[in-house]
Amino acid sequence: MSEEVIHSRIWEEVPEPDNPFAAARCNVSGYDVYGDLLGKASWIEYLYLLFKLEKPAPEQAHLLETLAVAIANQGPRDHSIRAANCAGVGGSTSASCLIAALAVGAGQLGGAREVLLAMEYWQHCGQDLKLWQQQIKNPPKEERADVWPEMEHPPGFDPHGASCATPIKQTLQALVAYHPGGALEWLEQNRNSLEGFADCPLTMTGVGAAAMIDLEMTAEQGEMLYLLLRLPGAAAHALEQRQYGWRKYPFFGDGLVLTNDPGPFSETTTENS
Amino acid sequence: MRGPQTLLDAENNWETDMGAWFPGERVVFRGKDLFQELGDSSWMGLLLFGITGREFNEKQIRLFEGIWTICTSYPDPRIWNNRVAALAGSARSTSALGVSAATAVSEAVIYGRRPAAYSIDFMFRANKGLGLGIDLSEIVRSELKKYRNIFGYGRPLVQTDERIAPLMNLANQLGFANGEFVKLAFSIENILLTGRWRMHMNVAAVIAGLAADQGLSTQELSEYLVLCFSAGTLACNIDAYTKPAGSLFPLHCNRICYEGASDRSWDN
Repeated sequence: MSEEVIHSRIWEEVPEPDNPFAAARCNVSGYDVYGDLLGKASWIEYLYLLFKLEKPAPEQAHLLETLAVAIANQGPRDHSIRAANCAGVGGSTSASCLIAALAVGAGQLGGAREVLLAMEYWQHCGQDLKLWQQQIKNPPKEERADVWPEMEHPPGFDPHGASCATPIKQTLQALVAYHPGGALEWLEQNRNSLEGFADCPLTMTGVGAAAMIDLEMTAEQGEMLYLLLRLPGAAAHALEQRQYGWRKYPFFGDGLVLTNDPGPFSETTTENS
Repeated sequence: MRGPQTLLDAENNWETDMGAWFPGERVVFRGKDLFQELGDSSWMGLLLFGITGREFNEKQIRLFEGIWTICTSYPDPRIWNNRVAALAGSARSTSALGVSAATAVSEAVIYGRRPAAYSIDFMFRANKGLGLGIDLSEIVRSELKKYRNIFGYGRPLVQTDERIAPLMNLANQLGFANGEFVKLAFSIENILLTGRWRMHMNVAAVIAGLAADQGLSTQELSEYLVLCFSAGTLACNIDAYTKPAGSLFPLHCNRICYEGASDRSWDN
């Protein structure tokens, strides 16, 4: 049997002469990472390179970097960060804080799966308002069951929103500056109409999806980047809450209402029931 | 716009009939006292009660536990989800991290939770079609034309699924081998083995048939399978701790077959 290998268009290694398991040179898409890129490429340029296998144009790097800042931390009330905090306050491992953030931040409400679905809307509707109206009114429905639950609201919009929140509008405005004429600008121009179709306001996942479209990412790349780029806030907040401890973190002590409480158990109750 | 009314109503107010802990006193689990009424349950019985709200009899619990024992607990680190747990051990991470990652990874398409969920979903749709008088061969042909595959049939790496015989033996012993959906699973295989398809059934279809016969829905089957690989993944994880760190199938640099862009400079 021939030796099994890992195929990659991303990564190439040249071994050290004294150890076949130690790399002397590591290339990403032809660029020497430690001999050339270090000190030259920014983190965000390198991130773009890993996904797209090409060096980004300055405006693409600015766009991705601005999005990365916008979504890096959505505060300790955010579902994903709350999950990380639950790990933090209980003294769980650091990795479990991020696993918790990823698991929750993967979801269809405010999470990476919502970005993927919103990007699929973009791929189907482009900049055609009528198509968006049809798609939102008659969302695609998979005949076959899946592990993902059914989508309960138009992706990219906040089902609990009253109006488009200020940071969403500010983020959209900041991103448009780096990619005029694309999905982001069209979204900004048509936001009111789209929100009318959806009957709920645009949210960060909708802005993120449009940015990923302008960066020419696939829906799966957009989903993955959205997962990745939201981790900094989760990490920082989990560490902070680990220090504060569980006594200072909400437990919702009187917040749970059991609707079918049988009361303290007694043999007679069971015998009579 | 609907606005935040749902959130305002739910603030500090989680209404549930699933259960609650009364600190220092008792626990209610789906309306029953955990210590007094469920304390003698098997773990599998409690798991199924939590998922479905229904209580299963001893034979059914043996079936569902047997499915996990026979079908999903291979301690082989070459299998992808097991390898994640083994790599965690080899890299000297923690068991919980390795097993939880392996559990998440088990929600795969080519194996794991998804094929069984997809399979039971097809069986319910096929059964509905039969109820409308459509011929099973036509249902199978139409599904293949639309989706190119039918989950529960065909298998990566090998054709024969060695789990089917022991699982059917168990089902026979328990009296569950001739249920409506188990028969349907085998009837679909008979159709797929003829003509150009030549697709053998894999155990996902048998599990789906057995679960459907016991009244599980698509979602309930999917939820029942969430933790089903844990005996195998944990075993692989533990095994790796007993070996030298980093020694699980190490790959030397030349095992990366690079197929990308040629050497170039960042400045150009």
